[in-house]
Order: sequence, then C-alpha cells, then structure tokens
Amino acid sequence: MKQYISKQNRALLSELVRTDFKLRYQGSVLGYAWSLLRPLLLFLILYIVFVKFLRIGGDIPHFPVYLLLGIVLWNFFSEMTSQSLGSIVGRGDLIRKIRIPRWTIVFSSSISALINLGLNLLVIAVFLVINKVELSFSILWLPLILLEIYALGLGLSLFLSAAFVKYRDMSYIWEVILQAGFYLTPILYPLAMITNETFQKILLMNPIAQAIQDARYSLVSHESITVHSLLGGSWYILIPFILVVMILLGGLFYFRKESKYFAENI
Amino acid sequence: MADELAIKVKDVSKTFKLPYEKNTSIKHAFISFYRRNKGYERQEVLNKVSFEVKKGDFFGIVGRNGSGKSTLLKLLAGIYSPDAGEIQINGKLTPFIELGVGFNPELSGRENVFLNGALLGFNRKEMEAMYDEIVEFAELERFMDQKLKNYSSGMQVRLAFSIAIQAKTDILVLDEVLAVGDEAFQQKCVDVFEEYKSSKQTVILVTHDMSSVKKYCNKAILINEGSIIASGQPADIAAKYSKLNYSDPADPVTSSELVNVRLQNGSGKESKKFNQNESMTVEVSIKKSNKKIKNIGIAIIKNSGEYVNGANTIQNKISINQGDTLKYTVKLDIGAGKYHISYGLFGDDGNKIIDFVEKGPEFIVSVNPDSNQEGIAMLNHEWTKL
Repeated sequence: MKQYISKQNRALLSELVRTDFKLRYQGSVLGYAWSLLRPLLLFLILYIVFVKFLRIGGDIPHFPVYLLLGIVLWNFFSEMTSQSLGSIVGRGDLIRKIRIPRWTIVFSSSISALINLGLNLLVIAVFLVINKVELSFSILWLPLILLEIYALGLGLSLFLSAAFVKYRDMSYIWEVILQAGFYLTPILYPLAMITNETFQKILLMNPIAQAIQDARYSLVSHESITVHSLLGGSWYILIPFILVVMILLGGLFYFRKESKYFAENI
Repeated sequence: MADELAIKVKDVSKTFKLPYEKNTSIKHAFISFYRRNKGYERQEVLNKVSFEVKKGDFFGIVGRNGSGKSTLLKLLAGIYSPDAGEIQINGKLTPFIELGVGFNPELSGRENVFLNGALLGFNRKEMEAMYDEIVEFAELERFMDQKLKNYSSGMQVRLAFSIAIQAKTDILVLDEVLAVGDEAFQQKCVDVFEEYKSSKQTVILVTHDMSSVKKYCNKAILINEGSIIASGQPADIAAKYSKLNYSDPADPVTSSELVNVRLQNGSGKESKKFNQNESMTVEVSIKKSNKKIKNIGIAIIKNSGEYVNGANTIQNKISINQGDTLKYTVKLDIGAGKYHISYGLFGDDGNKIIDFVEKGPEFIVSVNPDSNQEGIAMLNHEWTKL
C-alpha cells in the first residue's frame, strides 16, 4: 500500500490532474469560469423544461434541487467512466515510452471528475439556500454515498480503460449503456411515477439509482424513496453494495492483469 | 545478486504476436474465434539474451535497426515484461527510453519542465530546485513562458535533454541522444558524457555511432536478430558491427518452390562474392512438379534498382523439361556494388507467369583494381589517335 502513495506517485498524479485542468479550457475566453458556468446553464435549462413546462414532481418538496442533485451525481459517474475509458489509449505515448504506474493515469482522470463534482456541489449548495431547504443530520451520510459512487466509477473505469486497449468497440458500447442507464435511473422522473412496486425495487438494485435516491434523502427531502424505505430489513437491501464491491475488485483485478501488456497492445 | 553488479539479465526472451489484421473490435474477435484461425504471426524479437553490467560500467549496446535493441531497452526500463528469463536491477534505472516523453505542445516550456519532471519521479519542490540549472543548460531562458508548439525542434530536444540529465538515477539509459542540437550544444553533451565516465556513473548507451562507443564505453555487446552475437571490448564490437553492416544482405531473400537457384564462380564453386570482369554462373534446377514450365527468365538487378541485364530461354531457343538443370553464365562487366537475381517461370506460350521471384540470391561485385574504366557498365572500348 505504501508504495502506491509514494512521493513520486503523488507528484505524478497532481501534475497529471493539473495538466488535464489546464488543457480543458485551453483557448477559451472565460477559461476556468466555464467549469461553474456549464452546470449552472444546464440546471437552468432543466429547471425551465421540467419544473415550469412539464410540471413533473410537483408533489415532491424542493423538486428543483432534488432534480439537480440527481443530474450532478449522474454526470459525475458518466463523466468519470467515459473519460477514464479512453485515458490509457489516449496516453499511449507515455505508456510505450516511460515506466510509470499505469493506474495513475486512470486515477488522475477520476480525480479530474471529482474536482468537477466538487464545483457542481458548490452550485447545488447555492440552490439549497435559494430553495430554503432545511438540512438535517442525515447530511452526514452524503460523503459515504459519494464514496460509493466513486468506488463504483473507479471499478468500471479500471475495467473499461483496460478493455478499450484490446477492444475499441468498448467506447460505443459504453455510450449506449450510459444512455440506457440514464433513463433506467430515476434522474429526470421521480421514482414514485413508476406505479409497479416490483419495478421500483428492481430499479433500485442498480447502485447508481440507490445512491442517487439515498443522496436525495440525506440532503433534500426525507420523502425520497430509498432502498431502505422500500425493502425495509430484507437482505435484498445489500445487493447494490455487494455489486459495488464486486465491480471494484473485478476492475482492479482485470486492470492488474492487463496492464503488463498495455505497452505492446496499444 | 553480488553488490558490484548493476544489471543482470538472464535468458530473457520476448515474442510479439503480430496480427495480420488487428483484432481491435469484438466482431473481429468473434470471427477469428469461430474460424479457429488465430491470424497472427509470432515474431521472436529477443532469444535467450544474457549479460551483466557492473557498477561503474559505461556499457554499449549496438545493433542494426530491428535487431531487438529497443525491445531490450524497454524490458530493462520495465515498459515491457519478459516472456521468459529474469532481469535483476540493482538500483534505480532511468524510466524513459526517449527524450521529451509526455511533452505537451499546448503547455509552456516551464509547465512542461514540471510535467516531465513528475513523470521522472520528482515533485514540484525538487523540480523548482533544479529549474534554473535546466533552463540554463538548455539555453532557453527567454522562451520558457512560450508554448512548446512555438519551439523549434532543436529547442525541444535541448530542453528534453537538459531535464533528462538532471534526473540522475543510479543507472542511466541513453538511446541515440548524442546527435542533438547544434555543435555548441553537442559539445556540452560531450562534456556531460566525459563527466559520467570519470565519475564512474553506470551508463547504458545505445547507439549506431561507433566512434562514441569506442570513445566512452568500456564494454559493449552486439545484438543481431534477437541474440547477442558478440560481447567484449568496444573496439572489437565496433569492427564486428561494421562488418555486419556491409556483408549481410539486408532484406530477406525469397525463393521459388519450383526451382533451385544457385550462384557459382568460374571454377564451379558456390559463391556470393565476385570480382569485376569475372564470370558468374546461375545454376537453375527445375524440380519435378505438376506445373509445365516452358520458359525461364533471369535478370540481374542492382540493389539500387537498375535493371542491368536479362535473358530468357525462349529468346535463346532452349527447350526445357522437368528435372533439367540449366546454367546461365555471364561475364560481370559491371560496376562494383550489390546486386541480386530476379527470376520468373512461365508456362503455356511462354508468357503466363507461374512464379516470379523479385529478390532472389544476392551477390557482391568488387572493384577490379586493374580495370581501365569506371561506371555502372564495363564496355569494350578503344582509344584511337589520329
């Protein structure tokens, strides 16, 4: 473990993240301001469409914040996985010519996504104040929920980036899966809109759906449907967490096995 | 491992699978799975390579392009992992095999120094301590805040070299870095090398430049086709390397399965080397097969591409049968150099190609010191005085 957080690796990680950030808004007039402006503008559009025009979720308190939180968490997950997916191949020049721990590359793109999440959460905080949401102690759960999403994303990122070296189809497949996942997860619609309770339960077995609902519960409204409220003390409640652990370990294992041959396969 | 050893390489082999068509999509993987056709060629790049480098050695690795040098370096640097054998490294070895790895054209020179430093394992604080020295050595003080894409290629290499020599490790690996920059900068590099040599820094130098091998190295190995074919004194290695370059045909020679083609000298012995004005015989034996060969054509091609001479059996009114052995004898009144034979086998009316070998056996024609003329063709000539 100690070797993973060695001085060299930390220096490399921070430099890779820094470079990523510097290059992201290269040549744009507003520069870093875009990392706050982008989510703000996106929220504005969603707010107008869903709250003002479609009038979905009228019975959920603070629905705008509820909606935004879902979007932010999903975007974090999808940005992290799809950017990590191409990270190993994208840094092929490094991998073929220098000995650096391969995982630092995937890790650095996941940290870039984390930084973006942090900025987005700042925007959410502003909306929490505007909407006069009353915070409760359940907010203490939020870091754990974020950690769960991060662990899931990291496991998938490790798997996808290693598989992408061998199979370039992965990027298209993952794009489709993300698209399907976006609609199968109660992000734009409240879970209560699905009237069949079995479907509700099945949807919540997806760790991302479970995490988003839990985050809404902890931050916005205790009326959000969560795995706990739906399944109570049943052991099914553990399924999403077991999935996360399995995906993380599977991703780590596959990445370790494949990373030896990255240099010759890219 | 004994303390005085820096590197010990034992029986290291590396084979690459080179796919005919790369299976980079799942569809391809499925297709080749069902066909049971693996569709790749195994290329053995290194075959049981063993050597040792002692601490303080200036160790040269020489070999022609494609001999396996770079693969060996990548194995040493830990970029590839060996299929078989063992590599032990005592101390820290330079992790890169090329200068300026990871340079980003969109970042400034300054930012690139820090990025490159991090790739070599230095944090910002350590890099800040070295920064001035790097910039001074590269002579780029005025340009550090400009984007790297606006640098000339010479400036980029200078910056990369300056960072690389600051990144001192126990064992330095230098690949073809001697020829960077203008003469003044090269002199600086030479000074650095001299310093390494006198301070007993362990260095592994990979190069084509035999003069620097002789000048700096105290030991060297010569690699050819994935094996070490010589090791020892740099002067011997340099001599063997030059010999390898000028005697061995570079391209693989191909042949036809329907005939045997051999080159003989005037006394009937098989040979590859001829003198100017000597006779050369091309012996063609036709093997028994179900192909009806009606016509055989032989051409002499200079390796630089010139078609020197050609003749076929129909032109010369020779009838041929299976099992025949034919001799085609020419006097080599041609310029010195490397040549090869092309030959074609034709059926039916003598025009339909059965087999054609573009690059048959090679041979070398050397200068006849008594020759009274120059050029690519030796022509009968006379001077007359009126």
